[in-house]
Amino acid sequence: MEQTITEKILARAAGQEKVSPGQIIEAQVDLVMIHDHQGPLTLLEFAKLPVKKVWDPEKIVIVLDHRTPSQTPQAAKNHRALRDFASVQGIKYFYDIGEGICHDLLVENGHIVPGMVLVATDSHTITAGALGAFATGVGSSEMASIFARGKIWFRVPETVEIQLEGELPLGVYGKDVALYLLGKVKAGGLDYKALEFRGKGVKNLSLDSRLTLCNMALEMGAKNAIFEPDEITLDYLRNRTAKKFSVIKSDPGACYTCTIKIHLNTLEPLIAEPHSPDNVRPAQEIEKENIKVDQAVIGTCTGGRYEDLKIAAYILKGKKIAPGVRLLVVPATRSLWLKASKEGLLDIFIEAGAIVSYPCCGPCGAYGMGALAPGETCITTGSRNFIARLGSPEGKIYLANTATVAASALVGKIVDPRSYL
Amino acid sequence: MAPIFRGKAWKFGDNVDTGQILPGQYLTLTDPHELAQHAMESIRPGFANLVQPGDLIVAGHNFGTGSSREHAAKALKYAGIAAVLAESIARIFFRNAFNIGMAAIPVKGISSMVTEGDQLEIDLHQGIVINLTTGRYISFAPLPSVMLAILAEGGIIPYTTKLLTQERGINV
Repeated sequence: MEQTITEKILARAAGQEKVSPGQIIEAQVDLVMIHDHQGPLTLLEFAKLPVKKVWDPEKIVIVLDHRTPSQTPQAAKNHRALRDFASVQGIKYFYDIGEGICHDLLVENGHIVPGMVLVATDSHTITAGALGAFATGVGSSEMASIFARGKIWFRVPETVEIQLEGELPLGVYGKDVALYLLGKVKAGGLDYKALEFRGKGVKNLSLDSRLTLCNMALEMGAKNAIFEPDEITLDYLRNRTAKKFSVIKSDPGACYTCTIKIHLNTLEPLIAEPHSPDNVRPAQEIEKENIKVDQAVIGTCTGGRYEDLKIAAYILKGKKIAPGVRLLVVPATRSLWLKASKEGLLDIFIEAGAIVSYPCCGPCGAYGMGALAPGETCITTGSRNFIARLGSPEGKIYLANTATVAASALVGKIVDPRSYL
Repeated sequence: MAPIFRGKAWKFGDNVDTGQILPGQYLTLTDPHELAQHAMESIRPGFANLVQPGDLIVAGHNFGTGSSREHAAKALKYAGIAAVLAESIARIFFRNAFNIGMAAIPVKGISSMVTEGDQLEIDLHQGIVINLTTGRYISFAPLPSVMLAILAEGGIIPYTTKLLTQERGINV
């Protein structure tokens, strides 16, 4: 029987020839990751199990990225506990504070290869599907169980085919494809499904845009989101990983539970208004409402990659952001931070009046930076605009692509970015 | 854990994300009793002190969306919530709830048949919710047996302990 890429990966991980949607399997995981938010609970739960050593220290990655540098005495204790655990267990893939956001570090450092099963204690684990891996999030206690056994149960998901045709117009990026889909299927509208991005338009999407698109599939409720590996994937992986992998693709004639077609050419810059990522309208409509911006954020695992920094620098070069706007620029990883520095991008941001930060998750959830006062408005490249996400329940968060965020910081109100490109 | 729950309903709307259940500023806490003090505080101040042990949450679509923080499920459990019933439940919260030993059940149509304060009875094995206040009832799709087994053990940690004991003959 023909299978989708997700079914093939799960069948391999379950040691079966084939699996079908709805089937409950036990899968062997290839890689797991914990970070300093959910990781400390994992350690406490792991300590309750009747084993002393993790099943395989080579397959565990630990990242400190959420409360960095240690922002409170409790955060410092959590960091200490994770450092000590890594040392005692012989976990060599340990990324201390300042190295970057976990999802980007996993991809950038060659931990992710096509066909693998990645499970991590973060909802945005799903991002890694952009490289053709099955990647999904779990909670802390379940991770403790995986630490002991290297296995997890899954219900094999039905796969939704997202057919992408054509090419994105100027000022439109992977973020807008994600927002368009969210507006259409609504938050949680694809609960427990596998999302497979296919079609002739895929080759026109950069890897950074693919990562953003997979990242935001979580808000649709997806279990995983995935792109079949292609030339762009293999180019990216060349010289980045020593891991062996085989290129797995969906069989022709594989069964999809439904198909959603998107003509990339017809898309425009979109914005999700408070307080749900599916509350989506075109930027050009929102521009007419003269919404004043107090804070603008370029960063997070949704929009803090190289493509984002390049777009922002293009818009901000030689200009000053509007008085009264706080623009935070947070590159996703240290290597990207350094690259942006060497290429002069950070100088552009600093001269424009931005605050350039070390790599971290901070402004996605006001973890040590980026909190809002009641009534304030933030426009962000992040993925969540939930009520009170940045502190005050009266704060308003708008989600947009990086060009929209940079242009809005420049003008001091929310604008359609296309006049600034 | 008994497969039948009886308790008073607290009602919530659609898209209650894990940040509303347990705000991000408390994610460095690890003591479940401390977490419980902050359950739902940004949308229902004082909630933790109002809940009686055994109470139930009835919510709309997409309950528990957002971050994977198990802190959210723990905060509800240690505040006294015995089970969550919602029109639909986001995937990671769904798993987290069972993994920490709290039932979370997607029940289509539950919102419109419950008013806050109603007494409900849930039979997990029969797949039925009875509104004891109104006499109305509604059925729900059976949960995967692995989730019921995890819940029966009290969560994924005791469940895994049992598996490890069977697999490796570890004495606990």
